[in-house]
Amino acid sequence: MASGTVIDPIHQFQIHKIVDLGAPGGVELAFTNSAAFMFGIVALVFFFLTFATRGRTLVPNRLQSLAELSYEFVASTVRSTAGNEGMKFFPLVFSLFIFVLTANFVGMIPYSFTVTSHLIVTAALALLVILTVIIYGFVRHGTHFLHLFVPSGVPAFLLPFMVVIELISFLSRPISLSLRLFANMLAGHIAMKVFAGFIVMMTSAGIAGWLGAVLPLAMVVALTALEFLVAFLQAYVFAVLTCIYLNDALHPGH
Amino acid sequence: MSEAQGPAGTFVIAQAGTPAPGTLPAESGVEIAVPPAEAHGGGFPPFDVHTFPSQLVWLAIAFGALYLLMSRIALPRIANILEERHDRIADDLEEAGKLKAESEAAAVAYEKALAGARNKAHGIATETRDKLTADAEASRKSLEAELSAKLAAAEQQIAATKTAAMSNVRGIAVDAAGAIVGELIGTVPAPGAVEAAVDTAIKS
Repeated sequence: MASGTVIDPIHQFQIHKIVDLGAPGGVELAFTNSAAFMFGIVALVFFFLTFATRGRTLVPNRLQSLAELSYEFVASTVRSTAGNEGMKFFPLVFSLFIFVLTANFVGMIPYSFTVTSHLIVTAALALLVILTVIIYGFVRHGTHFLHLFVPSGVPAFLLPFMVVIELISFLSRPISLSLRLFANMLAGHIAMKVFAGFIVMMTSAGIAGWLGAVLPLAMVVALTALEFLVAFLQAYVFAVLTCIYLNDALHPGH
Repeated sequence: MSEAQGPAGTFVIAQAGTPAPGTLPAESGVEIAVPPAEAHGGGFPPFDVHTFPSQLVWLAIAFGALYLLMSRIALPRIANILEERHDRIADDLEEAGKLKAESEAAAVAYEKALAGARNKAHGIATETRDKLTADAEASRKSLEAELSAKLAAAEQQIAATKTAAMSNVRGIAVDAAGAIVGELIGTVPAPGAVEAAVDTAIKS
């Protein structure tokens, strides 16, 4: 990837402009590679799901099973963590899961861009979740939603501390939600690129280097497998945590 | 980290290269902090705040579009398929249960009919046997009665014949005895005396 022998593991995260939209209102906007990948993901997901279910067959073919599998996987996750009531958030959870999952997997393609390796993207998604929780919680339960921060059965003198702790834990949710996904994708991609870089550096050092490059090559193979696992796992974790937080909005009483 | 990549640099260079009069102080502050002359321009890309507005805007549009496409088109479609299959399976199971109940009812009805037929056959057999037995009994009885009547008549006839024969024998005996006595003594005894003597002899 690099034009010389120096490998730059950060280059894959660069955002560059494709169409510069200037700076309306002093905020610079541009259609970037990141935006292109976002739309690519949306198009990919949509066309996959509609193409896979085009037959609407009673006995599903492979693609249709895959689409149904993703649907039922997320649906069962929502049902088991947030109950049947939580199914009203199913489109949101499914969109989040499928977006993060596809972004992570698309990021595994060499020379592509990983949308979820940018903190602002994961933070925006996490904020979307938390704002949904807060707004729905207040709309549905009014001030009763605040009982979320007041655990029942706690002695009165401990209550202020508990409320503070609950508040902090609630506020740290979007931070942990966004940082977990961001850090996993970033660190995994950097590690892969660094080990891949070792291969290039060693092979340029002659025959001995070719032999020595076997080790980092094995490492890259192992890391690639691990990264595919992490890509799925992080999307799943994001969806499950979203369900758990939504469950708080649905049932604020502990 | 030491080499400037073509597209990598462009973003920040483009920033720095647009000295718009309305540039915000914050923006220029970042420019100073990260001068375009530096190798990687924007520093660590995920923390490059210049890209944040663009990413947020496009993410909002893309994710909003995804949400709409999913909630309006894709998910209802899959839900439909799953529901249809679920309904179909439930229908089929129901149909199978109904058919099973029907076949069980038919089997029960068949058993019942079979038992009824068996009972009826048994009844007919018993009835016929009883009737035949009764007929046989009746004919046997009438035959017996007839036979015993015939027997009585025969016995009567025998007795009459015997009596007649006996009376003939007496007559013959009386005649013979009279004749024998007449031959022996030359005088024919009186018939009354002979009869009395014969009667006495027969009785003894």
